[in-house]
Amino acid sequence: MITRVTIKSGEYYDSVTLLQVAQGLLAMPGVADAAVVMGTPANKGLLVESDLLTPEVEAASPDDLVIAVCASDEPAAAAALSASEILLKASRQTTPAGGDLQAPPKTIGAAIESLGENVNIMLVSVAGRYAAGVAREALNRGLHVFLFSDNVSVADEIALKELAREKGLLVMGPDAGTAIINNVALGFANVVPQGPVGVVAASGTGLQAVTCYMPREGVGITQAIGVGGRDLKSEVGGIMMLEGLKALQADPATHVILLVSKPPSSDVAEKVLAQVRLSTKPTVVLFLGGNPEAIAESGAIPTADMEEAAAVAAAVALGQNPADARINLRQREMSYKKRAAELRKRLAPGQQYFRGLFSGGTFCYETQLILKDMGIAVQSNAPVAKHLRMADSNKSAGHVAVDLGEDEFTVGRLHPMIDPTLRNRRIVQEAKDPETAVIFLDVVIGYGSHDDPAGEAVKAIKEAQAIARAAGREIIFVASVCGTADDPQDLGLQEAKLEVAGVMVLPTNAAATRLAGHVLDF
Amino acid sequence: MPVQELFGQPLKAVNVGLESFAASLEDQGIAVAHVDWRPPLEGYIELTYTASGAAIDAANSAAIERIRKGRPLLVGMGIARDVIPGMGEHRILHAGPPIGWDRMCGPMRGAVMGAAVYEGWAASYAEAAEMAAAGAFAFDPCHHHHAVGPMAGIISPSMPVFMIRNDTYGNVTYATQNEGLGKVLRYGAYGDAVLAHLKWMEQDLYPALVRALELTGPIDLRSLIAQALHMGDEVHNRNRAATSLLFRQLTPAILQTSSNEIALKVLKFIDSNDHFFLNLSMPAVKSMLEVAEGMEGCTLVTVMARNGTDFGIRVASMPDQWFIAPAPMVQGLWLPGFSEKDANPDIGDSAITETGGVGGFAMAAAPAIVKFVGGDSSLALSVTQEMYQITAGEHEFFTAPVLNFRGTPLGIDVRKVMATGILPFINTGIAHKEPGVGMVGAGLVRAPKKCFEDAFKALKELEYT
Repeated sequence: MITRVTIKSGEYYDSVTLLQVAQGLLAMPGVADAAVVMGTPANKGLLVESDLLTPEVEAASPDDLVIAVCASDEPAAAAALSASEILLKASRQTTPAGGDLQAPPKTIGAAIESLGENVNIMLVSVAGRYAAGVAREALNRGLHVFLFSDNVSVADEIALKELAREKGLLVMGPDAGTAIINNVALGFANVVPQGPVGVVAASGTGLQAVTCYMPREGVGITQAIGVGGRDLKSEVGGIMMLEGLKALQADPATHVILLVSKPPSSDVAEKVLAQVRLSTKPTVVLFLGGNPEAIAESGAIPTADMEEAAAVAAAVALGQNPADARINLRQREMSYKKRAAELRKRLAPGQQYFRGLFSGGTFCYETQLILKDMGIAVQSNAPVAKHLRMADSNKSAGHVAVDLGEDEFTVGRLHPMIDPTLRNRRIVQEAKDPETAVIFLDVVIGYGSHDDPAGEAVKAIKEAQAIARAAGREIIFVASVCGTADDPQDLGLQEAKLEVAGVMVLPTNAAATRLAGHVLDF
Repeated sequence: MPVQELFGQPLKAVNVGLESFAASLEDQGIAVAHVDWRPPLEGYIELTYTASGAAIDAANSAAIERIRKGRPLLVGMGIARDVIPGMGEHRILHAGPPIGWDRMCGPMRGAVMGAAVYEGWAASYAEAAEMAAAGAFAFDPCHHHHAVGPMAGIISPSMPVFMIRNDTYGNVTYATQNEGLGKVLRYGAYGDAVLAHLKWMEQDLYPALVRALELTGPIDLRSLIAQALHMGDEVHNRNRAATSLLFRQLTPAILQTSSNEIALKVLKFIDSNDHFFLNLSMPAVKSMLEVAEGMEGCTLVTVMARNGTDFGIRVASMPDQWFIAPAPMVQGLWLPGFSEKDANPDIGDSAITETGGVGGFAMAAAPAIVKFVGGDSSLALSVTQEMYQITAGEHEFFTAPVLNFRGTPLGIDVRKVMATGILPFINTGIAHKEPGVGMVGAGLVRAPKKCFEDAFKALKELEYT
């Protein structure tokens, strides 16, 4: 062990800087001890105990900077002394001016403060057990809430929505994936142009679908309020559907109202339709799979699927007869029959089943309903009737529609709209089954979704076709893209990627389902 | 903002949870603040009212007002046995929550042994240890006697103490004279040199200061602290400016009232000891805080203190209870020859500074100090800004220039700590774990969450809702 010392006369450093430099030296190889101190008597006293007090150090004055190292050999000591110069110099380098003085806010209060006046909305996507508390704080601070989190208890949902109603605020959720407020996409939502239609939806993908389909008819939206899948259950009583509906009825920019939900419980349906009756604004209602009669009685326009709901709402907004819109859709369907007959020729004997692999729950549900109407019974992990539940969600048998966004697939994993891995694996799995005729996909773009979901799907589609062709088969891929031309991923580009890979791309999920249904309609 | 007003208004959003949602909003040109959110601590619920229906927020605001209005003056000095209430003859006061010899850490035992020999109760350190083990001395927390002590915080009957009067409310607090750095009693060092220094402080320093203070009259510590915060101190781990300011105030009086020989020694001592003011900032802040003790419905922390074994806090509405947890280890930098393995867990009453809105809470005013943890000056800013999120108010007189002279964060609200999971930040020195060694480094530490969880549970048991 050798001790080497440098004295720098008249150099002053803060003692904490010096401690830090010493720390840096101690971390160097071969350095057993190091002291970087001002030459005060007290410091010299400390150096005695560490055997660093050489005669030079003893002679140093309180204004002298003492750098003393005890190292295993000469090179290590020399390296440490030169390193000390670098470290000391570095300590005087200031960070670039204009650095961020603002620490990231760690509380809601601090975040609100950092934004200044007129904060009006909070997006909540923390784990379910904390979500209600966070949402309540937002309401108490007068903010509208977009509540993406799931696993919020029904009791909490009711309490939050009652509090919100009292304060004249919206709670969009829980488990609301989507909302578009003032044409700003919240959560999983699309860039939709301004227009006269206001939407309230109890289904995330339902809201996305109708808001994406209407612009294709040249019609935009005012607001699209997602209220969460449980809002129209009788426990919650449709609190937010009613509040949203009232708000749109009162909104001068909204000329047509579109409501989207699975069929509500009858008491809630009654309340909602009673509220519809109070307004003279045309109201289009889609209770997916529900009875159209009560809707028509209330003066609203009933529709059967999302494509029709969007087309009818758009037609009303454009001052056209909704019946014409329906006729257009039927005519289009007629053309699918011809296409389907052509496609069917590609199938080998034994290829007979529909395999729908969904990322959007409402698309999965809609497809089952449409195929059921076409006389095709489809099993699902999210079935339209109990007896149609798949025995094993991971293994397809017969016609199936798998909702890959269901909890069983998403525990510990990202939602399939963000992470395509699981669906891609399933596409390949289905391709290996000689009975698979049609693989059916929904591709959802917009904010929140994967940057290139079509591109990801195409990877698996190519692999699947290669497997099928090697076995002398061809699989018919049918898909629709839910999105708009203004979405970051670009609707046209996503559709083109699928078409280039040989996928039949239809404008809507309903249209795609009908084409697939006709292919299978032997 | 009612729904109708939301429609058509520019969105201004707060995002809690998935950061990508905030990015999407930014991409659409929307003003959004993403919250660096963390879950509340175990057992948190919203507490708004006391059992009798009084609003907790109102109680806390009233407490903040009382604390802010406090004006600590150094009014004089005395011998502990004569001036500290309940001190008595064979009592030893120590830092932190109550503890007996059996559970005392090394440095506190070392300081007790030193004090026993200093008092003449024991002839040797070994004998002092035996006597302590046999229960010959009564131990009590400084905080039970309106006193505070840094590190081991030992106050024995013969030690001279500063007397600080909160001029607004009349309460008086106490602390010993700071010994300087290196081998000193408060870091657990004992031995003849340590005791000789203590004797010098008792026989030369103390009388000189008493004489000087008679001439100067009361010294306004609130004003000194306020100035020091504008000169790079946070008055816990950095007291260089405050000590210098005090030195300026005392020097003429010391020269006027002491012999040249004494005056020279005293002034050299104060000048060489950057921490001299610590033993004034601590009781000053203590005197400001203790006026909140006993306020019904107040959920603010009035004491954070450590004895090197346990970390304890006290809450205004439950002034006699300690909520304790094992004292944490301090992350820091080490003096030459020492490392982490030599360190004792966190120790000392000096966290009273953080409790009262200075120290770590005022780090934004003392950027130089961040080098204790190897960070850059932005750490100092972020620590202070983080602490605003768990405090109920801000100081009026203590301000941070870099934050545009915003008052430093004051009054740790147990409820906010629970709700945010943000634990108070403390700037502190590190003692060697063995008796008799002394200081080994300095660093930063956070108060343990268990203290706050237990205090919160007690609030719930008081039927706060």
